[in-house]
Amino acid sequence: METLIESIALAEEMGMRVAAAAGFGEDDQYKIGLAVHEGVMNAFQYGNKQRRERKIHLTFELHEDKLVIHVIDQGTGFRIEDIPDPRDDENVLGDSGRGVLLMKAFMDEVDVLSSEAGGAKLVMAKRHKP
Amino acid sequence: MSFRATSREVGDVTVIDMEGRITLGEGSALLRDLVRERLGTGHRKIIMNLAAISYIDSTGLGELVSGYRLVKSEGGEIKLLNLTKKVTDLLQITKLYTVFDIHSQEQEAVASFQS
Repeated sequence: METLIESIALAEEMGMRVAAAAGFGEDDQYKIGLAVHEGVMNAFQYGNKQRRERKIHLTFELHEDKLVIHVIDQGTGFRIEDIPDPRDDENVLGDSGRGVLLMKAFMDEVDVLSSEAGGAKLVMAKRHKP
Repeated sequence: MSFRATSREVGDVTVIDMEGRITLGEGSALLRDLVRERLGTGHRKIIMNLAAISYIDSTGLGELVSGYRLVKSEGGEIKLLNLTKKVTDLLQITKLYTVFDIHSQEQEAVASFQS
């Protein structure tokens, strides 16, 4: 995807449709869509710094037990543990950290790795409920 | 649906009725401009009616917080009215539920500025 603001809503829509096709219910479709929205927004703003020539790679893997989503940007990467917890008293009126918090709240697994090119590779998974 | 907002006065309180999505690029900048415009005309008691807000992302939440800080710094307050379940969940996850004064009745929200 191009680094465009429109890509965020497009990715969210794709996430919801893939989730629906994978058999997730409406509530989980919303949560997966929001997690994808936040992941791609992060790539748009912080990873690719809104530079249109950079790409955002979004992939969905359907496994028997879960849906795995990768969001890869062409930035310099970040460590998820460096993101401040916006629920802490000193951060609750701050400007950052809520996107990662929402992804963690709505998905079963969230991690940030380094892509081969050095950018951030966000990996999220949502398991099917038994 | 994209973001729309209209404001009205109830006594000396401004009620901003919003609908649609508050996200990066859809509503957050408009919301910021509206809060600044209200402050610029001396209105420091603001209620954000979120009854018709269908979706908020982390940027939208950040905009609510930013507006709250700004109005507070001018001696006023932003209160929230009519949260949907989705918005309530987001405010609880982020602990913003503990920051804002939240109401489900407009009259009660308006009256709370006087107490």
